[in-house]
Amino acid sequence: MLWLDALLAVTLLITAVLALASPSLFRAVVLFIVFGLLMALVWVRLEAPDIALAEAAIGAGLTGVLLLDTLGYLHGQRDVADEEEGAG
Amino acid sequence: MNPRTVCAAVMCGMLVGLLGLAITMRPEAVITLPERVAAELSRSGVSHPVTAVLLNFRSLDTLLEIGVLLLAVVVAYALRETQADPADRMGLDNRLLHAVIAWLFPLMLLVAGYLLWAGATRPGGAFQAGALLAAAGVLLRLAGIRPSDFAHTLGARAVLVFGLAVFLAVGLGAMAVGGHFLEYPPAWASPFIFGVELALMLSIGFALFSLFELAPPHPVSNKGARERSET
Amino acid sequence: MSNALLFAWTGAALCGLGLFGFIVHKHLMRRLLAFNIMGSGCFLMLVGLAQDGRGPDPIPQALVLTGIVVAVASTALALVIFRRWFRLSGKVRLPEDA
Repeated sequence: MLWLDALLAVTLLITAVLALASPSLFRAVVLFIVFGLLMALVWVRLEAPDIALAEAAIGAGLTGVLLLDTLGYLHGQRDVADEEEGAG
Repeated sequence: MNPRTVCAAVMCGMLVGLLGLAITMRPEAVITLPERVAAELSRSGVSHPVTAVLLNFRSLDTLLEIGVLLLAVVVAYALRETQADPADRMGLDNRLLHAVIAWLFPLMLLVAGYLLWAGATRPGGAFQAGALLAAAGVLLRLAGIRPSDFAHTLGARAVLVFGLAVFLAVGLGAMAVGGHFLEYPPAWASPFIFGVELALMLSIGFALFSLFELAPPHPVSNKGARERSET
Repeated sequence: MSNALLFAWTGAALCGLGLFGFIVHKHLMRRLLAFNIMGSGCFLMLVGLAQDGRGPDPIPQALVLTGIVVAVASTALALVIFRRWFRLSGKVRLPEDA
């Protein structure tokens, strides 16, 4: 089944490249979450189910939530700054 | 293509090459750790090797890891917004979320408890269960249900410290009985490990949830309100 | 060749990729993403090297489990500080990178 693992590894690398090179920050964060889920699959193939559980929950899930929350904060602050500039 | 990018690319390529070389040309292993773990597994109190390593053989690493997590939460507490939080801004008006969470939240608590219990004999353990608890808390928070001001009370800090405190108490207790720090007496290893895992699960779950909760809310903005109502 | 060695090479590639992204990007959140990718690459190398030819090895797995929790703690810490920086200065880059 080495071809399956090779395919998984190539997909992982492509996702990482896309996440780092994406012009939109939102797409980069979403691709990072996808990267985390693919890493969970890799851990299963490496016979490490504990790490797969932790990576899916913490690495992809919680880190993704924190990053998306920060993105929303950035956009929210920008809206406030634009409004205050427009009004003042 | 400015020279800085090209230089960085070349250097990173060389790094990858060196790492690949190191991976391919490594010497034969002299010490085989899996056999040493398997030899001592029966005396460790659990039968899953990863849990035994995490909570018995290398329990010092786990203790320090909890300390690092608490450190991050302390800084998050220190840097939180000092003004009073406005009316809850994170509630999504998503009816699917509200409908699903009534079923999903108790199920997540149950699965977290199962993962904690199953960690002794099969993949599972305190970290996975704690992450699941944190995820359940995040879902509740996204649905608009909020433990009102709990983050500012003494109870919140008690739950955060509980895991580290129990771990330290067990370690020092083992020293008081006559061994080294964190050297469990073999007869007591199993209940000690379970007690420490329970405290760790609660502490890790609440710490990870606090890292999400203590982030300041979105500032007051009419545009934001309009966007939010459109989700 | 076992799949552990293949994933160890993938981990090396991810390390280099993450480092390149960290050097080249100036936006602080993109640097955080690159840093996390580099961390995942290091974890892959740890487990892949140990399990090549032998079966599952519990000690590197425990190390990586610890590493994942420490990585999320440091990411959360970085995000908290970044939010404060953005709130105080309105910028997403450090002054020397603007």
